[in-house]
Amino acid sequence: MAALQQITVDALKRSESQLAVQWHADLEASGATRNLKPEEIRQQVADFLRLLTSTLEKGGSANITTTEWDDVRHFLEKLSSQRALAGQDSQQTASFIFALKGPLFTQLQNAFADQPLLIAEQVLQMSELLDGLGLHTIRTYQKSREAVIKRQQEELLELSTPVVKLWDGVLALPMIGTLDSQRTQVVMESLLQRIVDTGAEIAIIDITGVPTVDTLVAQHLLKTVTAIRLMGADCIISGVRPQIAQTIVHLGLDLQGVVTKANLADALALALRRLGVTLTKAV
Amino acid sequence: MTVRSSGTQPIRIEQDVVLARQTARKLAQECGMRLIDLTKLVTAVSELARNTMVYGGGGDMDWQIVEDGLRVGLRLTFRDEGPGIPDLKLAMTDGWTSGGGLGLGLTGAKRLVDDFELDTSPGAGTRVTICKWT
Ligand SMILES: Nc1ncnc2c1ncn2[C@@H]1O[C@H](COP(=O)(O)OP(=O)(O)O)[C@@H](O)[C@H]1O
Ligand SMILES: [Mg+2]
Repeated sequence: MAALQQITVDALKRSESQLAVQWHADLEASGATRNLKPEEIRQQVADFLRLLTSTLEKGGSANITTTEWDDVRHFLEKLSSQRALAGQDSQQTASFIFALKGPLFTQLQNAFADQPLLIAEQVLQMSELLDGLGLHTIRTYQKSREAVIKRQQEELLELSTPVVKLWDGVLALPMIGTLDSQRTQVVMESLLQRIVDTGAEIAIIDITGVPTVDTLVAQHLLKTVTAIRLMGADCIISGVRPQIAQTIVHLGLDLQGVVTKANLADALALALRRLGVTLTKAV
Repeated sequence: MTVRSSGTQPIRIEQDVVLARQTARKLAQECGMRLIDLTKLVTAVSELARNTMVYGGGGDMDWQIVEDGLRVGLRLTFRDEGPGIPDLKLAMTDGWTSGGGLGLGLTGAKRLVDDFELDTSPGAGTRVTICKWT
């Protein structure tokens, strides 16, 4: 994957304070800050932007699992466990990262107004990076939340899984954890509702965070795909790792022409192609 | 063949299916199983444990880490005292289900492991034993 360009990092750094203000405003508007102290949010917004730019300046790659990203990941882990304890849901927690997209893309658009190709390419890079960080946040939120639930000895997980808008017309549903039947049902229903509400054309169901895909999980997925198609939208399943792909074959599952991708980035690229969005690398 | 360690856990409710998978995953890791084999085994466990709960009316999972010469393997038995399977040939047909499933649990599990044995008789319950070697 092409890296973020230095000029993007520079633009980001230049607009750090504006970004902080806009991002904070968007967070408040989205309801993601409910029950949290305003000074605390402001601090977290500023801290995260500082960490992000300094990591990117050090040449942090697109792969957020590398050591350069340690500080950023730790920051998000702390944040998500704090949110889990504060009783925020995963949607609110994940919004912390996803709400940064809007203001950030606006800044990039302003910075490179005369270079649309560059904007498209850099926005995609940025988007992939933020998706990775957002998913990491949800994952660690889930871990902390599971610890809380375990302590309370609750029997069922009743977490809402966020339905995330990745692009105009493209929704993503990152599924995380055990797809026990009850929760799956709720999650799928909320995805269908969001498709109706937003008129999205393509839904990406990401199963990177699902450790086991057995016939029951597959049945849930197929039902959802069928419903999505009946609504006139398209569906892509991403996060089908090699070991999962092989297991699906051995189980004898027929995915009925569902398009699958190894990761969310590939699925998004395909979705954009289908929508006729062309992304070209700036030379 | 020697048994290195063994244990049993109940499969009564939905949550036990999750726990059965977690136990299998942990044990497979202890055996040094490759990710691909581990994933296949855990998926088979998920299918069989669910059958035990849903069709067998609940039962138990016995596990054993076994050694045979240089090979190490994980052997699991799912047993219940439910109604048994009246027509085994039918049940072992891809796509056949008496419930609302996909009918690929038994046949799929068999393809995912190295050894697969099924004992059942009407009224006397069902016992499925699988083994996966490293
Ligand atoms: N432990 C069991 N006790 C009784 N019947 C069983 C048991 N396991 C499987 N069966 C029967 O075998 C059928 C096929 O099982 P399976 O291949 O797992 O498909 P599914 O679970 O989708 O029905 C079941 O529908 C059920 O009738
Ligand atoms: Mg079954």
